[in-house]
Amino acid sequence: MFDDWMERYEYIIELGKSLPLIEDQYKKEENLIKGCQSQVWLHAEKQNGKIIFTADSDAILTKGIIAILIRTFSNQDPAEVMNADTSFVDEIGLKEHLSPTRANGLVSMIKQIKLYAIALQAN
Amino acid sequence: MNFDIYKIREDFPILSQQVNGKPLVYFDNGATAQKPKAVIDAEVKYYSEINANIHRGVHHLSQVATDAYEEARLKVQKHINAPNSFEILFTSGTTFGINLVANGFGQMLKPGDEVIVSHLEHHSNIVPWQFACERSGAVLKVIPMLQDGTLDMEAYDALLSERTRIVAVNHISNALGTINPVKSMIEKAHKVGAAVLIDGAQAVPHLKPDVQDLDCDFYVFSGHKICGPTGTGVLYGKEKWLNQLPPYQGGGEMIKEVTFEKTTYACLPHKFEAGTPNIAGGIVLGVAIDYLNAVGFDNIAAYERELLDYATERLSSLEGIEFYGTAGEKASVISFNFKGLHPYDVGAIIDKLGIAVRTGHHCAQPIMNFYGIPGTIRASFSFYNTKEEIDRMIEALKKAQQMLS
Repeated sequence: MFDDWMERYEYIIELGKSLPLIEDQYKKEENLIKGCQSQVWLHAEKQNGKIIFTADSDAILTKGIIAILIRTFSNQDPAEVMNADTSFVDEIGLKEHLSPTRANGLVSMIKQIKLYAIALQAN
Repeated sequence: MNFDIYKIREDFPILSQQVNGKPLVYFDNGATAQKPKAVIDAEVKYYSEINANIHRGVHHLSQVATDAYEEARLKVQKHINAPNSFEILFTSGTTFGINLVANGFGQMLKPGDEVIVSHLEHHSNIVPWQFACERSGAVLKVIPMLQDGTLDMEAYDALLSERTRIVAVNHISNALGTINPVKSMIEKAHKVGAAVLIDGAQAVPHLKPDVQDLDCDFYVFSGHKICGPTGTGVLYGKEKWLNQLPPYQGGGEMIKEVTFEKTTYACLPHKFEAGTPNIAGGIVLGVAIDYLNAVGFDNIAAYERELLDYATERLSSLEGIEFYGTAGEKASVISFNFKGLHPYDVGAIIDKLGIAVRTGHHCAQPIMNFYGIPGTIRASFSFYNTKEEIDRMIEALKKAQQMLS
């Protein structure tokens, strides 16, 4: 999609602004995603059989990244989220965010999203 | 001696790399240093010409390798002015060295004994002592830090008592660059009969420690931070202490006689060098020390001072800049943030422009907690960095600020 990293990052930053924000009551320790250099809170609920995600982060780029994930995974059947293919991350040029350094939590975010889906499917 | 920065840079192959299509600006020397060709070539030469196991063989190559390894030990001894070469232990790094000492103390300490560390410590000089205290029932005390990133010396005086067994403190703080007044801290500790371990990991790239002048009981550092290979390091310990400490790792080489009834241990340094060591690493660490001494530590100190002052001046002109660690005595390390911006965001963007800094807590969470921040952006300079590189970092930072506002 974007060749230029600057355009890509500006897009991510912009997306972050439209992130469906987590309610303050859910901004707790147990909703923090581990493995991020910044703080990322993620909350999941079932509404009408679909899984709805909300989140927040204290870093702008991370906000954008979780916004991309939420756009993709929110408002879906939990089963679809559980089995979703994550190769799109590479396609939109976020491959470097997949590397297992501690700095970014993309891998952890995806893992947490899927864990929520498993849990909510069971309910 | 002439200090020609451009000529020196030619010695370092990696510095001509491009990152994300931009020339690499490597300002993460606090994490690890780059290696000159002399060091890289020495590693290749070892494996091509003299590789053999040491201290064990009777054949020619094993003799040559052993001689080279022991010669490297002498180089280290000379470099830090240790009284005896058997007081120089080769290790896999600073963390290993501290664990070796803390493990020993963990076995010797009694409930009610006290261990003092400081608020400025790297996790590697905190956690091993926590283990030791848990194991022995000793109590961990912490020298508080002050807003400017120095240690509260009055509080240190108050903490010292006849219950203090050991003080473990860094020579230079990796997160903030503060140079601690270790010589006087050691004197004071000795007055109450306590030993002192100095974590010199961040110091040895910038200065030549004199362990006799400091009179420290232990001094630890890593090879990879002084342009040597990763997986190498040194633990210097006074003979009387190394003789007191129990062995850390058991196995080959550190023994005198082995039977199933009883095993006796080798003398120093071998008592603490179990198994086959990083032979190439030790030898090449010696080459790195030679290289740095050829550049000259006076030259290094003077030039790094220039870089520090220039970077501080240029950074000061940026909107919203906040510095952490503003001690009078500092090494060429600058930790900073921009008001309202997360360090990760800034670091990720300037990386795209080829600038390598470190962001986060720098393995010093207590410092970050003190300032109430998630982390900092840390630029740490070495003698092969330039003012032009600093200028490029400033431009990149401006770009990041622009994108993030």
